[in-house]
Order: sequence, then structure tokens, then C-alpha cells
Amino acid sequence: MTGNIAFLGYGIAAIGPGIGIGLIFAAYINGVARQPESRSVLQTIAFTGFALTEALAILGLVFAFLFKS
Amino acid sequence: MIQLAAGGGESYEAPTIAEFWQPLVGDGAFALTRSMVVFAVVAIVISVVLLSITSKLKVVPGKAQFLVEGTYGLVRNGLARDIIGAEKFKPFLPLLFALFTVILVNNLMGVTPFITFPTFSRIGYAIVLTAIVYFTYHGVWIARLGVIGWLKSFVPPGLPGWIVPFMWVLEFMTYVITRPLTLALRLFGNMFAGHFMLLIFTFGGEYLLFHASGFLPVTGALAYVFTLVMYGFEVVVQFLQAYVFVLLTCVYIAGAVADEH
Repeated sequence: MTGNIAFLGYGIAAIGPGIGIGLIFAAYINGVARQPESRSVLQTIAFTGFALTEALAILGLVFAFLFKS
Repeated sequence: MIQLAAGGGESYEAPTIAEFWQPLVGDGAFALTRSMVVFAVVAIVISVVLLSITSKLKVVPGKAQFLVEGTYGLVRNGLARDIIGAEKFKPFLPLLFALFTVILVNNLMGVTPFITFPTFSRIGYAIVLTAIVYFTYHGVWIARLGVIGWLKSFVPPGLPGWIVPFMWVLEFMTYVITRPLTLALRLFGNMFAGHFMLLIFTFGGEYLLFHASGFLPVTGALAYVFTLVMYGFEVVVQFLQAYVFVLLTCVYIAGAVADEH
């Protein structure tokens, strides 16, 4: 079997942001379900949090290509 | 894939990063590439569509006008006014709306038939947009406080004295290095990874369908069905990335024009 361990590392690194994004949207859905009128306020906060968490996964992808060689 | 190669005759070749470098005329740094053509087409399409629709606005909007008004309303009311604030958002509105439309339509080119190339899967385009945002929000910030005040305002007030230098270094890295880096990489990474995934599905599906033996062509057909699902998923991601880019631009500008941090 051939391949590169950097991409295996990226798979492992994506677990953390995956859990984080799940938690963020779980909280967002909970909040909107309990109080639908707060949707516009929560939307901004949820997507900002999503963007910050996602940055970790994207950095992992870039580092996977960076350390490939 | 090793066993597949043994069974099917021709060996399977996975798509590589080279798929994203497609010069049409010339080569090297001054080549005319496919992404440049797509970006130019998108710029013309956006200009023509927006000008032709907004030049004859009606009181009762038709479908096209409704779509444009909805997009404009999303950027103006949903993002700029809510985040930057009702008094200060107006000067930034042209920038934000231009960013949103350019990113959205360029991303959607990734799933448009016969074009199928998301421009922002080349990192240079993402870096240019990020540079515009970066100089805008730091420029506004410095214009408001001056260079000294700008450097001071990184640290929130009311901290104990010994912690201020550490906080300043951390916050400086956040505002000056991490923010532009993640803003550019997020857009590039999503478009690159999404397009790459579609390439792998179509290339692998083609191989399984036509070059593999036994029951494997059935899985190739299934791979193509799943590719269609992935196209739908990509549309969601592409819209989301345009939204998130403009959202973060608003958050950064809001931090630069706010009176206190």
C-alpha cells in the first residue's frame, strides 16, 4: 500500500472541527426552536462561530499539502 | 485501487493538483488561464444582469427583479446593517455587495455545465479579494484612531497591567496575520476541496464504469448518482462560502468602526 501519511493526518485533524461545527449548529437549532424570533440574531453568531471553527479544518487541509513532500 | 488495476487492464490514475492549472494561451506567469476567462465572463455577466435589471425597476417586481432585490436585501439588511450598525454601514455597501455577487457567481461556475471551474480554487483570486478587505478595514481603523491609537486599540481596556504585553502580541497576530490568512484560505480551501472531490467522483466513476471488470461497473453507476448528490451539496457550500466571506468582512469592518472594543 502506498500513499502519504499527511492526508491521514488531515483526516484525524478534521475530527475536531467536525465535532465543533456540529455543536455550534446544534445550539443554533435549539435556540431557534425555542425562540423563533431570535433567528436573525443567532444566525450571525452561529455563522461567525462556524467560520472560526471551519478555519481549523481548512488550515489542516493546507498543512496536509504543505507537508506532503 | 491496486486490485482494480490488476482486474481492468488500464491502471487507474487519480486526478492531481495539475487539474487546476489550465493555461489556454501561453505558459508560465503570463499565461491566459481558464480561471481568468471564467472570471472575465462572470464580471461581464454580473454587470449586464445588474445594470439591465436595475435600469428598469418596477413597483411590482418580476422574477428577475425579485431575485436581485432579495440578494441586495440579504447583503444590506441581513449582513451590513445588522452587524456594522445602522449609522455606519452605508459607505461599505458597494464593496460588500460586489464581494458577495462576485464570490457567489464565481463559485456557482463550479457547477455550471460546460464551465465547471470555480475560479477561487486558484488561491490567487482569494488572496486579491482578501487584500481588498484587509486594507479596507485596517485603513478605516487607522483613519479613525491614527497609527498610535490603532496599535493601542488591539488590547481591550480594563486588563491588569502585567498581562497587557502578552495580550497585545496575541491580538496583533489575530488582527494582522490570522484574519487575512484564514479569510483567504477558507474560500480557497472550500472551493479547491469541493472541486477536487467532484473530480475524484467523476474520474473514479468513469474508470469503474468503462475499464473495470465483474460487478464493478454497477458501483461506477452508483458513483455517478452520488456525484449528482455531491453537486447539490456543492451548491450549498458555494452559497455558504460567499455568505461567510461577506459576514466576516462585516464583522472585521464593524470592529474597525466601533467606538469601543
